[in-house]
Amino acid sequence: MGAYFASLNPHALWNAAPGGLAQGLIWGIMALGVYLTFRVLNFADMTCDGSFALGGATAVMLILAGWSPEAVLLMSFVTGVAAGLITGILHTVLGIPDILAGILTQISLYSINLNIMGKANQAVPVNQVKVPFTSNIQYLGQTIALTLIVDIVIIGIFYWFLGTELGSAIRSTGINENMSRAQGISTRRMKVIALAVSNGLIALSGGILTEYQGFADVKMGQGAIVIGLAAVIIGEVLAEALVGKRLNFILRLGFTVFGAIVYYFVYVFVLWLKFPADDMKLLTAIVVAIFLAVPYLKQMRTNSFRSLARRTAKDFAGVKTAAPVENGLKEKAVGGKEEKSC
Amino acid sequence: MLNVEHVYKTFNPGTINEKRALIDVNLQLEDGDFCTVIGGNGAGKSTIMNAIAGVWPVDSGRITIDGNDVSGLSEYKRAPFLGRVFQAPMMGTAGDMQIDENLALAARRGQKRGLRWGVTAKERDEYREILRKLDLGLEDRLTAKVGLLSGGQRQALTLIMATMKKPRILLLDEHTAALDPKTAAKVLAATDRIVNENKLTTLMVTHNMRDAIAHGNRLIMMSDGDIIFDVRGEEKQRLQVTDLLEKFEAAGGEVSDRMALS
Repeated sequence: MGAYFASLNPHALWNAAPGGLAQGLIWGIMALGVYLTFRVLNFADMTCDGSFALGGATAVMLILAGWSPEAVLLMSFVTGVAAGLITGILHTVLGIPDILAGILTQISLYSINLNIMGKANQAVPVNQVKVPFTSNIQYLGQTIALTLIVDIVIIGIFYWFLGTELGSAIRSTGINENMSRAQGISTRRMKVIALAVSNGLIALSGGILTEYQGFADVKMGQGAIVIGLAAVIIGEVLAEALVGKRLNFILRLGFTVFGAIVYYFVYVFVLWLKFPADDMKLLTAIVVAIFLAVPYLKQMRTNSFRSLARRTAKDFAGVKTAAPVENGLKEKAVGGKEEKSC
Repeated sequence: MLNVEHVYKTFNPGTINEKRALIDVNLQLEDGDFCTVIGGNGAGKSTIMNAIAGVWPVDSGRITIDGNDVSGLSEYKRAPFLGRVFQAPMMGTAGDMQIDENLALAARRGQKRGLRWGVTAKERDEYREILRKLDLGLEDRLTAKVGLLSGGQRQALTLIMATMKKPRILLLDEHTAALDPKTAAKVLAATDRIVNENKLTTLMVTHNMRDAIAHGNRLIMMSDGDIIFDVRGEEKQRLQVTDLLEKFEAAGGEVSDRMALS
């Protein structure tokens, strides 16, 4: 045990922090996409695992084809939009339930991504091409600043877009479909638009991560939905705790990105504790479960039958509490009869 | 204004749950008619409302509004012609959006929704004035989430949303049934005022026979998927609850407690 703690190097953790921040900011873009479907549209979209890797595959292959590393990110966004359109059409035109529609697109994207890349992973020729989102330690500060700007711009666009007529219609579709149709909104169209934009952002995030890590892998999107949800939920829990009632929409979006950063810091920290990388998915699940459970348990502490029983036992000390009635069934039956006779 | 011709609708056809909900229904509403609809459970009152609103396509027959055949139009495409208030207060509004945002959604019924602002400052002033007339104190709470309002306030708001953009037909589907008597009376009074001010052609389903007699210029009774009684004008004004109960029993309908007690 002592040897284990001695082997942990605080310096290494400090050195790993900027990388965690950069990755958190990149995944934050993805989390914003998840927020749009999961929270605004109320649609559990499973496409994202596939569209994230699709964005990466698009980026790496176009860079290899000689495109500029900036233009390829635009194409990552475009291919993501296409993936979202497919899920939208599967759901609205072909009537496939939301989760299943997303899973179908996701699984088909696995094959499509393999076809795009020709093999399971492809490296970005970082020595020949200067990518804007590099993880090169020399330029890491620039990468972090640039990613932060991208996050802020996207949050700004989100804020504006969801305040427009179209954005309002998307929000109302997520809240009350019947009412939306009664007000002349094509709820199908709204779902397709939101899915397209969401997956566009997710693929953009995948493209940026590919430039950052220097390669794309067909499995890079595996569990992306969970990380996105983790960011959204961690962000919500922290926002609730830190700003409470003053929480507005901009802050909500900001905290979603912050949630992704927190997630990545936890990730980096656990890696630093020398957890095997294979256990990271398990760790992700545990982190999400904790953040989901904490608000619930906190609420249950004051608002549950058990807590009420505790309080009444204290307040009415000496008064006999009801014991579970024996032969409850029999008594009930008698009671029923009496009711009928009167 | 509204013309329903030979409309049929059967739910779950060919199964053990088959329900012939509308059987050759014919109904004409003149411009400015305020028609109340009564009938027992399963008589087809809500079904005829949903048929007009286009919640699903009817099996056969034709529905025209102001000369436009809408039978083949889906729900959202028909919406520009219609204002609707539902039985459940939650149904007609978006609870997680603000009062002004809900009103703005309704103000754009039948318009293309683009990238202009969802609510403008000028609109907010208009909404404040409209809400002031309701006298429910909502004019000072424009940015409150609708989910925080009471059932009566939500129904009143839905009524405003249904009528602020003058609809060809106003469909009220038991819109006071879920409210306490005092609130129901308030919402009904607001309904009367708005319908009269805008001379709206209105179809109002109600379980309450007294309300059905007291409001509007026309009354129809439904039973087993068809209209069995249709009175208007002076004849309607002389109508008593007992007359309706007799009619109802003559048609073989069972008088539910809810109808008899109201």
